[in-house]
Amino acid sequence: MATMLEPNVPKQKVMIKEMSWDPITRIVGSLGIHTEIDFANKEVLKCYSTSMIFRGFDIFMKGIDPRDAHFITSRICGICGDNHCTASCLNQNMAYGVKPPKLGDYAYNLAESADFMFDHAIFNDCMANVDFSEQMVKETNPKVLAKAEQTLSPHAAIHGYRTIADIMRALNAFTGAFYLETLQVARYTREMYCLFGGRHTHPSTIMPGGVSADITHQTLTDYYVRLMRYFEYCKRTVPMHDDLYDFWLDALPGYDMVGFRETDLVCWGCFDDPDYVDYKYSTMTEWGRKRFVTPGVAIGGELISTDLVEINLMLRILLGSSYFDNWDNEETFVTKDPLGNPVHKHHPWNKTTLPKPQKRDWADKYSWVTSPRIFDKRTGRHVACDTGGGPFARQWVTAKAGLVDLGYLKATGNSIKMSLPRTASMPEMELEWKVPAKSNAVERDRARSYHQAYAALVGLHCLEKAFIEVRAGRTKSWKDFKVPSEAVSVGFHEAARGVLSHHMVIRDGKIANYQPYPPTPWNANPRDVHGTPGPYEDAVQNTPIFEENGPEKFKGIDIMRAVRSFDPCLPCGVHMYDGKSLVRKVVHTPTGLA
Amino acid sequence: MASATTMDFAPGQRKTEKVVAHVIWMTTGQGCDGDSVAMTSATNPSLEDIIHGIIPGMPQVVVHTPVLAYENGAEFMQAWYDAEAGKLDPFVLILEGSVPNEKIKKEGHWAAMGVDPKTGQPITTSEWLDRLAPKAAAVVAVGTCATYGGIPAMKNNPTGAMGLPDYLGWGWKSRLGLPIVCIPGCPTQPDNLTETLLYLVLQLGGMAPMIDLDEQLRPRWLFGRTVHESCNRAAFYEHGNFAEEYGSDNRCLVKLGCKGPVVKCNVPLRGWVNGIGGCPNVGGICIACTMPGFPDKFMPFMDEDKKGFFSARMAEFTYGPVLRFFRNASIKKISDKEPDWRKPTPKLTSGYSPRWV
Repeated sequence: MATMLEPNVPKQKVMIKEMSWDPITRIVGSLGIHTEIDFANKEVLKCYSTSMIFRGFDIFMKGIDPRDAHFITSRICGICGDNHCTASCLNQNMAYGVKPPKLGDYAYNLAESADFMFDHAIFNDCMANVDFSEQMVKETNPKVLAKAEQTLSPHAAIHGYRTIADIMRALNAFTGAFYLETLQVARYTREMYCLFGGRHTHPSTIMPGGVSADITHQTLTDYYVRLMRYFEYCKRTVPMHDDLYDFWLDALPGYDMVGFRETDLVCWGCFDDPDYVDYKYSTMTEWGRKRFVTPGVAIGGELISTDLVEINLMLRILLGSSYFDNWDNEETFVTKDPLGNPVHKHHPWNKTTLPKPQKRDWADKYSWVTSPRIFDKRTGRHVACDTGGGPFARQWVTAKAGLVDLGYLKATGNSIKMSLPRTASMPEMELEWKVPAKSNAVERDRARSYHQAYAALVGLHCLEKAFIEVRAGRTKSWKDFKVPSEAVSVGFHEAARGVLSHHMVIRDGKIANYQPYPPTPWNANPRDVHGTPGPYEDAVQNTPIFEENGPEKFKGIDIMRAVRSFDPCLPCGVHMYDGKSLVRKVVHTPTGLA
Repeated sequence: MASATTMDFAPGQRKTEKVVAHVIWMTTGQGCDGDSVAMTSATNPSLEDIIHGIIPGMPQVVVHTPVLAYENGAEFMQAWYDAEAGKLDPFVLILEGSVPNEKIKKEGHWAAMGVDPKTGQPITTSEWLDRLAPKAAAVVAVGTCATYGGIPAMKNNPTGAMGLPDYLGWGWKSRLGLPIVCIPGCPTQPDNLTETLLYLVLQLGGMAPMIDLDEQLRPRWLFGRTVHESCNRAAFYEHGNFAEEYGSDNRCLVKLGCKGPVVKCNVPLRGWVNGIGGCPNVGGICIACTMPGFPDKFMPFMDEDKKGFFSARMAEFTYGPVLRFFRNASIKKISDKEPDWRKPTPKLTSGYSPRWV
């Protein structure tokens, strides 16, 4: 139940209540949401999101050996730790000029695809979709549950749940069959990760120069068997989620506006093709486009770039509502990138973190999170792009770019076609994810379900290639390197929930500046200096209310679905300097919100 | 035919199963939630094993964790206030993440959770610890941040981060007389966490004696041995036979930075998830993430430990090659060869005297 704060009734015919939920559970990290809701017109007027932890990674990383960076930065996040570790290794590979043996590159991909298989499974069905479980729907939308009882599942023959309500029952926390199965799936997929990464989420074997796991036929077979089990799970889970979400959009017309915002997306791409990647900045445009998930930036529903060098130069870190001092008078580390392009003072390479703890003031500074933006040189605008919770942006960009073709995984320009192999008890299956018309909560959740199959197919491709290497006796997965005294580098990668970049400057063989930017700052940031709100703010502000409960028993379920669709991961959001704090500031002068 | 029985499988089973033990899990130290995420991968016992009461006689366990809770907001936080008011008895307080020093600045917060209705400002994690620790039956620090400070407490950190024993005092005891229980690891090995939690629940039900902790407050049975003492590559060290590069060279990793000989941790024995994975046992160097000195005393991680250098060279240049030579010879001549009586000759040569001849 929500906390009821002082009712505020400024106008007739408008019933506005201030409601707060702190913490939002079933995410990673601590997040609070404070809103003003107009119950007469059933919409959210204002929303602040807040979280409150600061650690200071980029401060205490100054001066350390750059080879420690992946071990340290992994600890930024307890669920994307391996994504950080990998991003740091890609970054270090660029700095040291080292290209791992192919088996090392494939091992990076095999580990990371297993991580996506794990992460999307546990987040979708043990965290986010509890919001669609029978228990929850009974409490928030009993009429919808009654309809679900009467609605047959179109794909019941595949997944085994006769009605939509049966699906909802299977998603009940700690009792539902599918919930419990997913907990198990989330374990053997982490076993797959550990075969290459050693440990999850802070790996022991992912290194600059490659992977230090001893990879043998046994490693690959252990992975293969679990992967095929996972395919069988995917064949049931994707149609099941389609049935659930299609029913939902049909039962509640207008639900496509819950969590809606403009299609402004960022995706850095991931899963390098070892035949092309050399980790150099000068060739990043080319090898970036060979990734098995294509990098790209979309503004207003248009894909404006797939060029990682160009994208790098679009990055800006802005302040505005954050507990930091501006760094305009601090040292400029990089004036030109390795290709000679000018680098902005508010680019991550040039950021200096100057924390300033202070009282929380909704009218001024209220967040430890800074505001990353894409600078659109066509319009001069700083655009607040989101990651769509990861899978939505990855599939949107990859589908539109039309560059990926692994045979059984193909981007068509408007969709992604996936062919899943025969498994022990099920035949082959074709899936097609089509680019949706809107960026909203349900489509972010649906994309996550399809992305489990996507990640599994990338895993299969890399596994087949790794078998070729091992069977040919090419079992080396690591290459030696030297740390240069000076370097400027970047690692672009994807965490499960979206873009992840690590920017580094090395001087005298030590770290002079290290700036990781994970997905949650992109999604969860407060208003910037130009007054542009962050993506959560848009998304929640636009959310209409479908919950049947009035203000007394209000659970805020539609707001929860909007927020959870982004797969919030607050330890990331606040990685080093910026602590757990995202605050949302909308529309009117904020007063009186707790 | 099967039928129900009223036999007790544990002494006083009916009574102890009526005890309700709550777990208040605070993730708002300066951490990454990695221990909560690790908890979801534990297999023996798994989280659902604990919640569903897998062991006969074990008290009922209600876990209040933000990572998996059904409830949100105030409904979720009610347990915190109930615990503070003494309404949850007994409860185990778990802290994940290090404790920042809130005294070193004039205003604001480094780590907080929830909002004080009087001031409108966040309630700091330290204040929650001050409110809840005196009421808790047991207090558990999970992960190296909460136990000893860990990464947020690195040199040059801006927040004055420390571990829970640093904050409450190393001699601190709960109202039931338990010291702080430390389960280090970055993150904690998943089953180390759930197994210790199960132990404490059994102890609260009167089914297990006082938990056996070492001087650093670790469960002795989990952290009594070093990584090296349980490592499947340790024999290579004995042979003075060291890996020269990461990956397919599957010999001992100390030259490449492994700190296993001086690190107390059971991961080489227990693996990571369901026995799979680990550190040196799969090829990763041990970076000492369970240790109070982590990370500063072990950096740069990829360089050989300076103090271990001499003992490794001794193994490499004195007895190691000798052991290796004789053992290899022994394998070649003896253990790798079958006994000589296994052959398809007309006469039995195994030593048995047949009666049928």
